[in-house]
Amino acid sequence: MKRIARSTLQTAVNLAFFAVIGTAILAATFSLTHEAIENTIEAEKLKLISQIVPPSQYDNDILRDVKNVPADALLGTSAPTIAYIARLKEQPAAAIIEVVAREGYSGDIRLILAIRPNGELSGVRVLAHKETPGLGDYIDIGKSDWIKGFDGKSRITWGDAQWKVKKDGGQFDYMAGATITPRAVVKEVNQTLQYFALHRDELFAPTTVSAITTVTGDSK
Amino acid sequence: MKLTEIKAIFHNGLWKQNPGLVQLLGLCPLLAISNSAVNAISLGLATTLVMAMSSGAIAPIRSYVPNEIRIPVFVLIIAVLVTVVQYLMNAYMYGLFVVLGIFIPLIVTNCIVLARAESFASKNPPLASALDGMAMGLGLTAVLAVLGGVREIIGKGTLFSGIDLALGESTQSWVIHVIPDYHGFLLAILPPGAFIGLGLLIAGKNWLNLRAEAKQHSKPASTPMVGEAAQG
Repeated sequence: MKRIARSTLQTAVNLAFFAVIGTAILAATFSLTHEAIENTIEAEKLKLISQIVPPSQYDNDILRDVKNVPADALLGTSAPTIAYIARLKEQPAAAIIEVVAREGYSGDIRLILAIRPNGELSGVRVLAHKETPGLGDYIDIGKSDWIKGFDGKSRITWGDAQWKVKKDGGQFDYMAGATITPRAVVKEVNQTLQYFALHRDELFAPTTVSAITTVTGDSK
Repeated sequence: MKLTEIKAIFHNGLWKQNPGLVQLLGLCPLLAISNSAVNAISLGLATTLVMAMSSGAIAPIRSYVPNEIRIPVFVLIIAVLVTVVQYLMNAYMYGLFVVLGIFIPLIVTNCIVLARAESFASKNPPLASALDGMAMGLGLTAVLAVLGGVREIIGKGTLFSGIDLALGESTQSWVIHVIPDYHGFLLAILPPGAFIGLGLLIAGKNWLNLRAEAKQHSKPASTPMVGEAAQG
């Protein structure tokens, strides 16, 4: 009995030894790479944002001028997200919001939108989707320019009737054989513009330092 | 280490015991990520790196690990190495990291990695084990590359699309448009294309094997012995 206990203990110590070494290696790698990882992620975000808001249109530190956006049915979100606020000489230039189109052909389509203070779209991009390759994926900028059709559009020029694909009597192009995908995207963009109209002032309110809770890293 | 041993290890990994065509281990990434050449080669090389490192790391400690806990220890080592690779890719190859996504951490569950640790690295010296891991990984990469390339050409009419994600934006012009103005063949890109492609590759390898065997039988008895020895 004693012998069994001892050999079990030895085995456990042995396993723990490897676990400790493994954890140490991971910790070391993490501390060596986490700064580079954060930098790459920020650079990627800025690159994406520059597609929908030209860098010449803002001069603030956009990744740190953020607002917490609670989950909202209009945005299709089920968890709080962050909005990035672009400002030029302290004046609001655009709000950048991540939203989810819930009615994609195969699951959620994640979008990022930039809306100017007057409610006009500065640009829209698809962040992630699972639409059929070769059919529904033309919403992706890598496949076609379809998504650029939103540039400059707003709910001022068009009402709900126009915010539909042409097949449903609206203004937006679609490709034959894949109507569900663009329908979902157009609907979600329209809803986001409605959300923006309701929450415009909160989004563009000056950001106080204490409000920034979600952005990690040093404050510059 | 003798040259013949090294040769045998590589012959095993790349052809005779090829993980993708013969052992049929690690099919999850093989089928899922082989829809383009760049994806396939990238994941193949990441797997190769993990296999070479894990086999090389397991061999020197093989006599210190009690038999009962060797599998958890091997899995632990593999998981640590995969996570290290994942951190490095996240930091320095972000585009590719996003494309390969969940399949990088899933290298841990790729049974070929554990299979080589268990069947080779736990019984052989470090150098031979690292080489075995590398040869097996390269064998898998080769199958992935062919499958990815064929699926991409048939499915999209291009080759090496997305290479800029791996090697930087300046390489975007390296993408080859094999068939200009091609409308694509969806089946090749979707999972069934992977199964059909892999089936054809296995059939091709078996056909080559049969042909080599037939050749040996028709020749006089003196030569086959040499070929046989090299294969063993």
